[in-house]
Amino acid sequence: MLIYVLRRLGFALVTCLFISVLTFVIIRLPPGDFVDAYIANLAASGSSISVDQAAAMRHEYGLDRSVLVQYWNWMSRVLQGDFGVSMMWRRPVTEVIGDRLWLTMVVSVAALFLTWVIALPIGIYSAVRQYSFGDYVFTMLGFIGLAMPNFLLALILMYFGFRYLGLNVGGLFSAEYVQAPWSLARAWDLAKHLPLPAAVLALAGTAQLIRIMRANLLDELRRPYVVTARAKGLTERRAILKYPVRAALNPFASSIAYLFPYLVSGSIIVSLVLGLPTVGPLLLQALVAQDMFLAGAIVMLLGVMTVFGTLISDMLLMWIDPRIRLEGR
Amino acid sequence: MSATAAGDPPASKAEARFAEATQLQLTWWRFRRHKLALASLVIVALFYAVAAFADLLATNDPHATDARRSFIPPQGIHLFDENGFNPHAYGLRGVRDMRTFKLSYAPDESRKLPVRLFVRGYDYDLLGLFRTNIHLFGVQGAKAGEGIFLFGTDQLGRDLYSRMMVATRVSLSIGLAGVLLSLFLGVLLGGISGLYGGWVDTLIQRLIELLRSVPTIPLWMGLAAALPNTWSVTQVYFAITLIISLIGWTDLARVVRGRFLALREEDFVVAAELAGASQGRIIFRHMLPSFASHVIAATTLALPAMIISETSLSFLGLGLRPPAVSWGILLQDAQNIQVLSGAPWLLLAAVPVTVVILAFNFLGDGLRDAADPYG
Repeated sequence: MLIYVLRRLGFALVTCLFISVLTFVIIRLPPGDFVDAYIANLAASGSSISVDQAAAMRHEYGLDRSVLVQYWNWMSRVLQGDFGVSMMWRRPVTEVIGDRLWLTMVVSVAALFLTWVIALPIGIYSAVRQYSFGDYVFTMLGFIGLAMPNFLLALILMYFGFRYLGLNVGGLFSAEYVQAPWSLARAWDLAKHLPLPAAVLALAGTAQLIRIMRANLLDELRRPYVVTARAKGLTERRAILKYPVRAALNPFASSIAYLFPYLVSGSIIVSLVLGLPTVGPLLLQALVAQDMFLAGAIVMLLGVMTVFGTLISDMLLMWIDPRIRLEGR
Repeated sequence: MSATAAGDPPASKAEARFAEATQLQLTWWRFRRHKLALASLVIVALFYAVAAFADLLATNDPHATDARRSFIPPQGIHLFDENGFNPHAYGLRGVRDMRTFKLSYAPDESRKLPVRLFVRGYDYDLLGLFRTNIHLFGVQGAKAGEGIFLFGTDQLGRDLYSRMMVATRVSLSIGLAGVLLSLFLGVLLGGISGLYGGWVDTLIQRLIELLRSVPTIPLWMGLAAALPNTWSVTQVYFAITLIISLIGWTDLARVVRGRFLALREEDFVVAAELAGASQGRIIFRHMLPSFASHVIAATTLALPAMIISETSLSFLGLGLRPPAVSWGILLQDAQNIQVLSGAPWLLLAAVPVTVVILAFNFLGDGLRDAADPYG
């Protein structure tokens, strides 16, 4: 078991390393380097620096060294929590991101929980009452959920909210709490705004999970042990919930691993439509302005966040499923 | 299917037909039983027909802007008038609200624009081959600024219906190109992984796991944003295709690997091996036919993801760039809630996206079921 945990942890670290390399590639992709961009930025605001100063800056940031050394320097600074300076905002990247990263996390995790809460009962219902009217309705809804990209759903909800209810459905906070410091009232305000973006994000994943849950449970329900349980006079509720549902839950739990990156990914674009104060809008601004340290930091942090989300789900899975626990021996 | 067990003469014609059917025929028969998948096949075919004949179907030049006709609401075609069958649309009269200075349009019933089949419009290349200006339907003898706007116009006065036709071509072809590239990568890497096993397999599987655990949209955004501004529309198009397929191949690789692993143990493969068939012959003659249909099904199921990716990227303004027209670019106009509440028809571009993704999903499901001989 310990070996399994260590192996997953090792893999998570390798993934983080891989993400850091990708991020570094993205930072370096635009033509020119940080100093070029800085000079262009200065020129836009009317000031300039001399060639010597530029050379000094390049030396200071190690831009005159080889790519490997540059990666190493960048990486060691990142490990100390220093992501560099955002050119657009002229402040340290960590300060610019602020609590946006946590809000991204909150939205994604909320969507994940919502996915479970919706998919579990509907999945069981659809399997137990296979081919019933309700099953067809949920299957149909599920297909629409799969087919509609979540930003489209967000757009449509925005439109109807604006047009027919006269309210602006975007945002994560009411106007009076946007700038307010954290307090219980602000957290409660966040909780009130959370369901809509979480639901928008959760829809596609829920549809997928319902289908998986339904298929798994259908397989389990046909097993002889269920017949035996019924023959022995167990109540229907007990005969279904006690063993088949638990056995069908396994793939359900493993789905977290692929749902979470997907949700984080989706939150970026949904945040843009709904105007959520997550890292999504910031990432787009940074990329358009080629503020590469800010963009790189966001890509990197999101990647690392997902990897650890996946790691947690793996641990959870191990806790639920003894087969995985034993495999590691 | 025990009816054609060894030695028994086929009992009836139907069974004889079944016994002699090729793999492809069997698959097709099984596929035909899925009505939903069959209908989806028709829808997908129609979409590709639209893509091929986009300019023929368009009624106005999709790129022509006209400030005098911005945000015209969708117009209908009236089939009959007092003289019987005479398809026509009404001309438009701009009315300016003197309080808000907002221009709105009202049909001008005194001016009838005759709508006919095969009218002359803007020049284009039919199927990229013949230069022509014939369009399937449109206003006959339209003057500048006149025309029918079936789905309304956008802010710059471009006809949304015509733009949607052209966008279909771009969005569907980028999906197809992306999926072909993923297919190549997936079959190559999945095949190597399944065929050789050992450390190569472990390496490729770990790579797939890596790619899958990274959130894709930020990654795409980062890569797409790095494309130089100076690139032409075509260059950006191919770069976006490449970016999308770089991540999309993992699912296909998994399917191919899974089939390779399963088939490697089959008796007929072992028999071929013992008979001294070369590796190439075993793969292409014996194994490939029995998993080709699975790969086709997986490819079909991968297409919607490609289309969504392109739409998302273009929607964000990081994908294709105007003057290219794709569904994502059309939806970009609908991003602003103020604009949207005044011109809700801009959301119409969401309809083809949803329909085609649904159709591909059903089609892929049907193909997958049909391809499985034990299903």
